[in-house]
Amino acid sequence: MTSLFEEIHEDAPADVPTRRVRITVNGEKRTVEVEPRLLLAHMLRQGLKLTGTHTGCDTTNCGACTVLFDGTPIKSCTMLAVQADGHEVTTVEGLAGPSELHPVQEGFKDEHGLQCGFCTPGMMLAAKALLDRNPDPTEEEVRWALSGNLCRCTGYQNIVKSVLWAAQKLRSQQAS
Amino acid sequence: MYPPRFRYEAPRSIEEAIALLEEAGSEAKVLAGGQSLVPLLKLRFASPDLLVDINGLPGLDYHRVDADGTIRVGALCRHADLEHSALLKARQPTMAAAAPLVADPSVRNRGTLVGSLCHADPQGDWAAVVTALGGSVVALGPNGRRTIPMTEFVTGPFQNVLAYNEIAVEAVIPAPKGTSVGGYLKLERRVGDFATAGVAVALELSGATVSRAGLALTGVGSATINATDAAQSLVGKPLSAEAIAGAAELAGQAAKPRSDHRGTAAYKRHIIQTFVERILTRVQGEMA
Repeated sequence: MTSLFEEIHEDAPADVPTRRVRITVNGEKRTVEVEPRLLLAHMLRQGLKLTGTHTGCDTTNCGACTVLFDGTPIKSCTMLAVQADGHEVTTVEGLAGPSELHPVQEGFKDEHGLQCGFCTPGMMLAAKALLDRNPDPTEEEVRWALSGNLCRCTGYQNIVKSVLWAAQKLRSQQAS
Repeated sequence: MYPPRFRYEAPRSIEEAIALLEEAGSEAKVLAGGQSLVPLLKLRFASPDLLVDINGLPGLDYHRVDADGTIRVGALCRHADLEHSALLKARQPTMAAAAPLVADPSVRNRGTLVGSLCHADPQGDWAAVVTALGGSVVALGPNGRRTIPMTEFVTGPFQNVLAYNEIAVEAVIPAPKGTSVGGYLKLERRVGDFATAGVAVALELSGATVSRAGLALTGVGSATINATDAAQSLVGKPLSAEAIAGAAELAGQAAKPRSDHRGTAAYKRHIIQTFVERILTRVQGEMA
């Protein structure tokens, strides 16, 4: 169990009620005690030490904090941790298997889909969600699916290529 | 950014939710998709004592059509549900056109149409769509249920007529008497930005004649603008090039844009006229 007040560098007064949140993160059941105002992004980063989830703009614009909430991409800076009670969250740390990268990660590596890497976790999770429901997307569909995720380095060309690379790899894995 | 402290409740029934609002007086907020409310909390523009999270309430995530053609959208129906809705694609072109243009894909996975109406942002897309369609909002409170026409629902920027103890549970789009045609166009600087300007057009046709018209404007005034003169100018005749130009002109006159970092007032007015023309010309082409 993790208590999060010290983590956000603000001591909760004794009279502030906390709530217990039971959440499955990357397949692992976790129980955390949080103050209701704690954001999901902060719970993941400071509470559970899953710092792959980045907080970028903190204003629901950039998508760096994107995680999968029951398989669907959401911005974790715009959801309260208490709202995740009883739900499943996948962060970038949950993408790779024990010994190998997820094809989306491989794609970003192979096609140079990142420069500074700040937007990458969010990009990859949004991409995974797309490929889960549409294994053979067009370039346009990839761009559409990633349109809530901003990158300030690459101009998106290589990000789109990376996702298409991953789509092909996933399809060939399925076929074999 | 951290929101201010608040008490959080996640009721399991609508009655329980209303009782919580009743007990908290005017210092409570309802949390549905949270895609506007959570940012407001973080910016500390809102500091409620109590947050009533309605996401656990059963049976509010629907959108459906009644036997008579009335469309109903529940308070927990997400924008993404509407974006991927076969029902809207088949029956309601203005809503089907607007749904993919709301915010960005991740926000659409959480945000709700009813929440967007309640938030009453002058730049909100759904308010224009529901206004153009002559829709209404159903509110539930301790004294029962009432239906509020969209044109009376918003009282000012970010303000609506809901009482402190009422919850908006549904948006209602009345059944069309003719064939529904129309569309929604929005100019934004990038995906997810607030609208520079947007236009919702909802027509009903009897044969080639326009039997009902609704036209509403996003982001060009202190509230959604119901361009009734422009809409009325289309009714009772076929959709001719002349009628289209006239409606575009009147819609431009109805807009009350202000110059800002998204463009000058004259530019936004021009966008409104252009969008009205584009939507109506496309509709005209589809009829031919």
